[in-house]
Amino acid sequence: MQELKNRIAQLLADGSVQRILGWKKGEMDYDAEPAFFETQASLDDFVYHGFCAANLSKYMIEAAKLPGKTLVCLKPCDSYSFNQLLKEHRVDREKTYIIGVGCSGKLDIDKIRAAGIKGISGISEMENDTLRIETLEGEKSCRRKDVLLERCHVCKGKDHVIFDEQIGSSQDTTDGDRFAAVREIEAMAPEARFAYFQEELGKCIRCNACRNVCPVCNCRKCVFDSTKFDSVQKVNADSFEERMFHIIRAFHVAGRCTDCGECSRVCPQKIPLHLFNRKLIQDINTLYGTYQAGSGLEGKTPLTEYHPEDAEP
Amino acid sequence: MQIDHKEEFRPKIVAFCCNWCSYAGADLAGSSRLSYPADVKIIRVPCSCRVNPMFLLRAFERGADGVILCGCHPGDCHYSTGNYYTRRRMTLLFSLLEFIGVERERVRVEWVSAAEGAKLSETMNDFVKTVGALGRNIRLGDLRCRN
Repeated sequence: MQELKNRIAQLLADGSVQRILGWKKGEMDYDAEPAFFETQASLDDFVYHGFCAANLSKYMIEAAKLPGKTLVCLKPCDSYSFNQLLKEHRVDREKTYIIGVGCSGKLDIDKIRAAGIKGISGISEMENDTLRIETLEGEKSCRRKDVLLERCHVCKGKDHVIFDEQIGSSQDTTDGDRFAAVREIEAMAPEARFAYFQEELGKCIRCNACRNVCPVCNCRKCVFDSTKFDSVQKVNADSFEERMFHIIRAFHVAGRCTDCGECSRVCPQKIPLHLFNRKLIQDINTLYGTYQAGSGLEGKTPLTEYHPEDAEP
Repeated sequence: MQIDHKEEFRPKIVAFCCNWCSYAGADLAGSSRLSYPADVKIIRVPCSCRVNPMFLLRAFERGADGVILCGCHPGDCHYSTGNYYTRRRMTLLFSLLEFIGVERERVRVEWVSAAEGAKLSETMNDFVKTVGALGRNIRLGDLRCRN
């Protein structure tokens, strides 16, 4: 991290960039949050560690409107999102300086808590892939790979698809099947599937966090913000509302979703929202050929393209 | 005294028909005196591609029991390629609906040309029968929209 910090401080000092988009130290070791840094003094709060899971690509849409160049730190999977935004002309490559930061999987504080480690006051990452956790009950430790975010088990690889320079080394943390959960649900009876999703989506409080965090969910005007539309009130009045919201949300990013997993990560109710996206990705892969959104700047997305011999609905 | 009357379930069907083929097909069905159930409410759209997934969900929300989308045959679109996009879109949407446990038979896409009045009538009859057998749409309806 020190190497990264020195480098961004240097770029900020010599005026190559006007601001840095990175992660700011939170109150605790595990709640780093996205932030812009414009002065050398503010860089004291800059951090990069296992809990810097936030995908910073989406902030670049706003940053592109600001004068001057913005330096953004992107992890390998975030670079797919940035690429996708670039393809959609939502970010300005000329005004961006990308540092591809190394990543060896990001951590999930909820999994640490679920493992029975409570009263956490500090967490440090050790060399041998373990975490040293200071708690009110004394020091504890756990294996890094047991507390990775869901998305890190289906890592997109250790290579950045777009960058100006790379700092730090990455690691492919894949150890699961990306579509296993989708297939499991598909194998259930329709009634069971319905019950499962009713249970999950019934937890939704319509906080819109999934929409707000999603890099490709970036319409200037969102249909769910319209007050003329009675099904978009933010009250939890009927179960259909959540289903409608989530179907449309997932469908709207179909073919554009890079599967960055931010929706599930930010959900305060822990709804497995990525399942919808994965289901669509799985369908796209089987029906229209394997496609990874954000892997390149050329070509069309599956839903803006067609083939005369496509499958019938 | 109570009058015992058994009310038969009549499904509410919304049909989105493209202006150039299917709507003209419905016209032909009418002028050829081929009947289709009155449960089908046709909404004319400029092209099947105009149909946003939201339209379907809105129809269900407002109490439709089935939604059918009719357009020109692939390759015959008035706007050349519109229905090709519809096809991909609806394939994914229907698959997603099925994934969350909605009955697959409640939604359908059918290609009906302006010369296929008989096919339109047949399709509608069949669709009403299918949806009628499924019963009322509870899984995708909004209670507030019920009367």
